Amino acid sequence: MSLLEIKDLGIVFGGLHAVEGFNLTLEKGELYGLIGPNGAGKTTVFNLLTGVYKPTSGEFYLDGVKMNGKKPVEISKAGIARTFQNIRLFGKLSVLDNVKIGLHNQMKYGTLTGLLRLPKYFSTERRMNEKAIELLSVFELDGDADTLASNLPYGKQRKLEIARAMATAPKLLLLDEPAAGMNPNETNELMQTIRLIRDKFDLTILLIEHDMSLVSGICENITVLNFGTELAKGPTAEVLRDPEVIKAYLGN
Amino acid sequence: MAKKINSPLEKKSAGLRPVTKKNLVTLGIVTVFYVLFQTLSSLGVLKNAYQSLLVPICYSVIMAVSLNLVVGVLGELSIGHAGFMCVGAYCGAFFSVVTKNSFEIGWLRFLIAMIIGAVAAAIAGFLIGIPVLRLKGDYLAIVTLAFGEIIKSVVNVLYIGRDDAGFHIAMDSAKVGLQEGGVMILNGPQGITGTPRNSNFTVGFILVMLTLIIVTNLMDSRTGRAVMSLRDNRIAAESIGVNVTKYKLTAFVISAAIAGVAGVLYAHNLNALTANTNNFGYNMSIMILVYVVLGGLGSIRGSVIAAALLYSLPEIFRGVGQYRMLLYAIVLIVMMIVNNGAFFVQYKEKLKHRIRGGRKEAA
Amino acid sequence: MKFLSQLISGISLGSIYALIALGYTMVYGIAKMLNFAHGDVIMVGAFVVYTACVKGGMNPVLGVLLAIVFCTVLGVCIERLAYKPLRQAASLAVLITAIGVSYLLQNLALLIFKSDTKQFSSVVMIKPVTVAGLTVSGEIIATIIVSVVIMVALTLFVNKTKPGKAMRAVSEDKGAAQLMGINVNGIISLTFAIGSALAAIAGALMCSTYPALSPYTGAMPGIKAFVAAVFGGIGSIPGAMVGGVLLGVIENLSKGYISSQLSDAIVFAVLILVLLIKPTGIMGKKMTEKV
Repeated sequence: MSLLEIKDLGIVFGGLHAVEGFNLTLEKGELYGLIGPNGAGKTTVFNLLTGVYKPTSGEFYLDGVKMNGKKPVEISKAGIARTFQNIRLFGKLSVLDNVKIGLHNQMKYGTLTGLLRLPKYFSTERRMNEKAIELLSVFELDGDADTLASNLPYGKQRKLEIARAMATAPKLLLLDEPAAGMNPNETNELMQTIRLIRDKFDLTILLIEHDMSLVSGICENITVLNFGTELAKGPTAEVLRDPEVIKAYLGN
Repeated sequence: MAKKINSPLEKKSAGLRPVTKKNLVTLGIVTVFYVLFQTLSSLGVLKNAYQSLLVPICYSVIMAVSLNLVVGVLGELSIGHAGFMCVGAYCGAFFSVVTKNSFEIGWLRFLIAMIIGAVAAAIAGFLIGIPVLRLKGDYLAIVTLAFGEIIKSVVNVLYIGRDDAGFHIAMDSAKVGLQEGGVMILNGPQGITGTPRNSNFTVGFILVMLTLIIVTNLMDSRTGRAVMSLRDNRIAAESIGVNVTKYKLTAFVISAAIAGVAGVLYAHNLNALTANTNNFGYNMSIMILVYVVLGGLGSIRGSVIAAALLYSLPEIFRGVGQYRMLLYAIVLIVMMIVNNGAFFVQYKEKLKHRIRGGRKEAA
Repeated sequence: MKFLSQLISGISLGSIYALIALGYTMVYGIAKMLNFAHGDVIMVGAFVVYTACVKGGMNPVLGVLLAIVFCTVLGVCIERLAYKPLRQAASLAVLITAIGVSYLLQNLALLIFKSDTKQFSSVVMIKPVTVAGLTVSGEIIATIIVSVVIMVALTLFVNKTKPGKAMRAVSEDKGAAQLMGINVNGIISLTFAIGSALAAIAGALMCSTYPALSPYTGAMPGIKAFVAAVFGGIGSIPGAMVGGVLLGVIENLSKGYISSQLSDAIVFAVLILVLLIKPTGIMGKKMTEKV
């Protein structure tokens, strides 16, 4: 069974078909790219997959379980995590706490346990700290554990968002322009890290990106969206040579 | 390099995190003040007028910390917090008056009254929270204000009396229908009279400490982090599986329960309990909000200090007579502009920069 | 007959709320702040009329004009001195400052006029009218007429004139308006000026109908008008008018038919119901968050 199966997904905003007839099947462990010009509907696809928007047509399955119509919280619990194009961190909390909130549904204890500081509080918190530091060290952020998230430099904020998403132990990770605003060196490093987490955590990754060096560097296959519909699909190198795709990017 | 990776982990696992240390300092400050003023008043050095400020300072501090949980920690503006204090005060006082003659152990009755006040306010918080927390921003604020005013209006038209046949409730004094020998307990606008005066500075101090421990423990726990994640970015919090309604409601209900306890403390500090704009209306709610904002959103120690100072200052400056509230208003405006105004914020940044630069040069 | 007379005085009360609510809603639309001191400007307006007409024996029309001028200047001064330095600050900081200004106005009035309630005498010189056995007081007639005239004028001003259009532009997008060459600070001052002038008129009309005046007179109508503004959808001018009138009618009818002590509670309960059904008020714009 495929990990993710999207069938004919679409959404209409007041007459505008933001996404229409979107199909995609991802096998476990795949690293897939979603590209397209600005306004093509890429982030909308992510918003549909994470329950921020409800699709007006079509459906999608994670591990064979129907997901459309579910709330963001349920979708997160089912195993889809994401990052955001415009970084959304918990700015007034520490880097460590950001990741610990990601562990919210992984390591649990009740409100009363926390208030009364019962033994379970201490044992769970200790495990949470260890796990969070472990995740942070993957992104070389463990040295910044006590820094406020909003005080991190831009590149590190992007990494922290990935670390936080990873903390939810997802099966599918959606990365929305992870390399935006990074220099070529940082992008290169990020590429290594994405490959590393895919292998280490047994992940399937779907990413939106404008940086073609990153896309062709790590994505086996890609889909090109234009005006909400699929323009091309297939192995990265082939698709990027497609005249239709070049036209969509460069105009006539 | 290896050391760099290990050190935060060690620090985190040791249990006593910086947050906890900071909270211990806050508890320490409160304790020092308690010991100081308790000694002063037992030595008879403290003027009576000042002694009577001690319990009000305690419930003001409790209210400020509890409101900070909603405004600073959850990030939702509430301007009806006095309503929950009102619910706690009336329920607690009602219980105490009813059981005054049958319940021998005073402290136990007071304790039960507090639990009743807290539970009643928590229920009110739950019932109000469900609709209110669906709204956003200023709309949420106005609805909390509306609920606060409704609570205040309703207790003013409620009449409850007791006679041999049991309790009688009515919205009109003429319709209570008490038999001969029956007693009015809650008498509409006249409120509840004859509440035993169980509140004192020590009880107030214990409740302040408890409030601080509950709120700071909450903030440094899974629940508290979930609540703060909603404040910082609701959409991101949802995307990692934080249940918005559940945690908003949890924070709101705990805050209401604490306000209820403050109400019980308030009610047992007076002989006659009535509800008006200044104690349970929007004036009170707004005053507490001022404490919270001046103390710093999300800063528990700030709330404690701001509430204690701002409550006592106008009382201490009674000597200035009519001008004290005027001064208070001017101080408030000036403080807000100095703390938040673009001009002053820039100036402060510059100053900070210069001091830091100076230090570096010296080093 | 009772119903009709309750309804008419409700519309009159509601018109006063609407006049105050317009100030709230315009300031909210332009400066995105809750001006909690707005209610106290009504009180100041009423005290100016009281001093000029009741104490000084001035012609009522001149007295009201004086109050309008006084409150307009006061409103602009408050904006310049207290709110302008906080243009970039968090909305909560501005809210607390507005509360400070409210305390300031109340306590200044307390110092000058003391706390006892003053007997206000009506500035309205219209005689009561009796139609088919129903007597309507001159105050009510004047209030309704004045309010209708003001609302029509304000609507025309906002929709047809250049400063009115600039005002709408600023409320849509301050930054873009500035780039289009609109004097944003000037427009904000103008908004405060208009809002405060309306508050002065509302103060004179309110104290003519309900002739008791104290430094706290403005507080409750201020809160109610705020409720009316939210009720209609805060930021929306027609919303404030509709919200104000509805609120007055509901309040008066519940006073007449249910309970005078519970009328405030009923008003607030209706507000809560409306917001639960329509979270941004009757005519408010829907808020959407971009992800």
